[in-house]
Amino acid sequence: MSVKITHWPGTSLSSADFAEGRVLTVRGGVKAEYAWDAGVAIGRYLEELKRGRLVARRCDGCRRVLVPPRMFCEECFRPTDAWVRLADTGTVQTFSISYVRWDMVRLTEPEIPAVIAIDGASPGYGILHLLGEVDPKEVRVGMRVKAVWKDPAERRGAITDIRYWAPIREGG
Amino acid sequence: MGKVAVVGAGMTRFVRRAQETGKELSYLAARMALDSCGLTLKDVDAVVVGSAPDAFDGVHMKGEYLADGSGGWQKPTLRCFVGGATGVFAPIVGWYHVASGQFDTVLVVCEEKMSSCHPHPQGAFLTIFDHTTERALGPNLLWIFALEMNRYMTVHGITKEEIALVAVKNKKNALDHPCAHLGSEITVDDVLNSEVMAWPVNRLDVSPASDGAAAIVMCSERVAKRVSDRPVWVEGVGWHLDTAYWTNRDLYYPRYVEYAARMAYDMAGIKEPRKEINIVEPYDPFDYKELHHLEGLLFCKPGEAAKLTVDGVTARDGDLPVCPSGGLLGVGNPIAAAGLMKVCELFWQLRGEAGRRQVPGQPRRGLAQAWGDLMQVGTVVILGI
Amino acid sequence: MPERVAIVGVGFSDLRSCTPGVSYKEMMFEAATRAYHDAGVDPRKDVHSFVCVSEDFWEGTSIFDEYVPDQLGAALRPVQTITGDGIQALCCAAMLIRTGTARVVVVEGHSKYSDMRTPHHIQQFAMDPILNRPLGAHANLVAGLEMSRYLYESGNTREQCAMVVAKNRHQALLNPLAAYGARITPDDVLAAPPTFFPLGELDAARPADGCFVMVLAAESAVRDMAGQPVWIAGYGWCTDAPSLESREWGEAAYARLAAEQAYRMAGIASPLRDLDFAELDDAFSYKELQHMEALRLCRPGEAGEWVEDGVTRLDGEFPVNPSGGSLGVGHLLEATGLHRVYETVLQLRGEAGPRQVPGARRGLAQSWRHVPTTTGAVIILERE
Repeated sequence: MSVKITHWPGTSLSSADFAEGRVLTVRGGVKAEYAWDAGVAIGRYLEELKRGRLVARRCDGCRRVLVPPRMFCEECFRPTDAWVRLADTGTVQTFSISYVRWDMVRLTEPEIPAVIAIDGASPGYGILHLLGEVDPKEVRVGMRVKAVWKDPAERRGAITDIRYWAPIREGG
Repeated sequence: MGKVAVVGAGMTRFVRRAQETGKELSYLAARMALDSCGLTLKDVDAVVVGSAPDAFDGVHMKGEYLADGSGGWQKPTLRCFVGGATGVFAPIVGWYHVASGQFDTVLVVCEEKMSSCHPHPQGAFLTIFDHTTERALGPNLLWIFALEMNRYMTVHGITKEEIALVAVKNKKNALDHPCAHLGSEITVDDVLNSEVMAWPVNRLDVSPASDGAAAIVMCSERVAKRVSDRPVWVEGVGWHLDTAYWTNRDLYYPRYVEYAARMAYDMAGIKEPRKEINIVEPYDPFDYKELHHLEGLLFCKPGEAAKLTVDGVTARDGDLPVCPSGGLLGVGNPIAAAGLMKVCELFWQLRGEAGRRQVPGQPRRGLAQAWGDLMQVGTVVILGI
Repeated sequence: MPERVAIVGVGFSDLRSCTPGVSYKEMMFEAATRAYHDAGVDPRKDVHSFVCVSEDFWEGTSIFDEYVPDQLGAALRPVQTITGDGIQALCCAAMLIRTGTARVVVVEGHSKYSDMRTPHHIQQFAMDPILNRPLGAHANLVAGLEMSRYLYESGNTREQCAMVVAKNRHQALLNPLAAYGARITPDDVLAAPPTFFPLGELDAARPADGCFVMVLAAESAVRDMAGQPVWIAGYGWCTDAPSLESREWGEAAYARLAAEQAYRMAGIASPLRDLDFAELDDAFSYKELQHMEALRLCRPGEAGEWVEDGVTRLDGEFPVNPSGGSLGVGHLLEATGLHRVYETVLQLRGEAGPRQVPGARRGLAQSWRHVPTTTGAVIILERE
């Protein structure tokens, strides 16, 4: 009946409608706080980050090395078998150069989030992190990078114990 | 399996900020859908509500809150929720309510009031990331699109110019949609020169956050024959959810969309989608997503969807009209409502009632698809007449 | 005629007031592993669809359905989330099977309540943002108001509600899963500090963490399964008034309407005669009584006498909440209904150990989505 419909409901408001008090709003928020239990796999992952190391879990069913680690293999649906230490180097799978904050406020310095495939994990298996010490114009998919860690005293057992990942210079 | 028909559809205008509450928007769309097929709430056996994160409306257990507006008071009412893919999933839930023989007439209502979320609706997306391994990095929703778009462009060697054509096409199509939030005539250069938000994503690559609602009435064959002169039939449905470990997947290809599509094609007996489907409404919250999804839906080989756009195949008067509605890029993106809007569009197109948006050649079959979560879920509905 | 549907496998993770050793994913993996073992299915090969229940604010994650597939063996499979109670998910799974497009479907629900640091604020966030929330009341005030009106209309008493608490917590002592089994008396309940009078501190079920996973199958698939099938005879669900202003305060209309749907489907004319026991929502003490009446297990106003006379005790004529209910086991958010179904399945399989209802052939499980909602579901299960 679309062609026969002459009136489509819904009333659009402008900023002026709010500014001039033509419509009323009720403000409010929620105090929603959580303390998520990290569990066995991620608990160990965080402990190892504090020690300046990256670890994964190996599944002997499909022979994959999984990072972030999990105590179960989602492909084989069985418990994973062993902890595996990974290098703190990797390859950029994809990246972005982000100029805005979540609320669309412009950033003075762009951030460079990237998916980094970690050396020692199954090919292409990576984590989300940030790149640093690099001109945004020079970032490429396939670029080799290495973790830049916080000082041991500053590490808290968090993903931010790695400050960012910096390019590995040729011959360096 | 019982046959299931869509017999009525309705939607509100999609706007930046609606005066109506979420309940009121739901009511307007539901009322319109019922009126369009001459039914009343008394004829409705069950209600399915679709709505994306509670954080938008700022109400916990939002399905219960919306129950009166969506007609669910004192009825079997359910809210389904598969992130951005909800709008095309709600009609799938409606389908199984009827196809199971459990109910004869089901009202499906999708609503989103994103403007309630302050200071910006994107705030609702901050907590979609893993609370321990990702949120501490301060990610926002744009990142995942930018990361996926970059990977897609890099693997296939696709340019931003080619991708921008999608935004140009859909925003233009939306000029003919009476409910559109952002219909406009723009050029590829306008897209490329718009503000860079998170490279490779520019402002005009993105659909707007909107308020709005959409609704359809679904019923069994027995009821459809009684109440409708031109029922539109559900021929296939499909959905798949991939692993949450998105950083372990190659983002260049949406495998979950392919699996969802194959599920729907099997059910509809479709072997060659490109030949057997006349209209496509893939999910286009960002322009590259339309291309990504056309590939996942098997309308072309991976990496070839851009060429379909460049060659005009996907124009409204092309060989395979894609997003004749104007899509999310043009009509607007009140998440779940936007997905259901695509199903409404198929309903109107297949009945030849889409007015200035009508695609030529009496289309007989159309496909709507939505996508969501951490680049992870595909939902597909195929309608035919 | 659509095929009959059975529950062929059930699994749980241990229910505790807190579970700091495991993440919600690991908890789900534990319950899923048990359920698949019970049914004798491999989720990667034998399961066609998955239905989960969750609410974003309970989890602290927007779009929580993102995080469910892996630990259920459901990655790259048809998975959906219903923001409702687990019994509503069972209804969805049964409908999916009845379409003929899926023969084996898995349902999951869990509570990681202990991850929430501000659960009362979150619960209050479910109230109307314009009309109710600005008044600043705790969501459980709704239960206080409801209890007050229900006692007034039904003639039941606070003392009888206290007997429900004593009964259920006592019964929970026989349930190894239960987190809150206790030997308390009705006087202890009445002496506890009032919260939202007539509601007292011990009238409200306390929260627990835990997960339940269930495997459902079409009749034609059941013979390939290891587990003993328990058949789904009927189900129904309903949402009543969505605002406090329009709410029916005395009667649980959502439970009455959901039960009518389920009774019709199961061909039950006289619930008391046709059922052997029931697992009824008892998130608050009065709810068990209110729900007994709404489900026509007894006449309006009669439920109090029944509990007084011991009719609903484990050794009574019609046991209610042999598991210990939410008061004894703990409230499990959206998994609450699944816990009740789990108990019903054990009873019908004759595996309930010291709390076995002798000769149980048909049982009913009912859930309510807690304050401030008016949503509830009913499912009726039977053995061959």
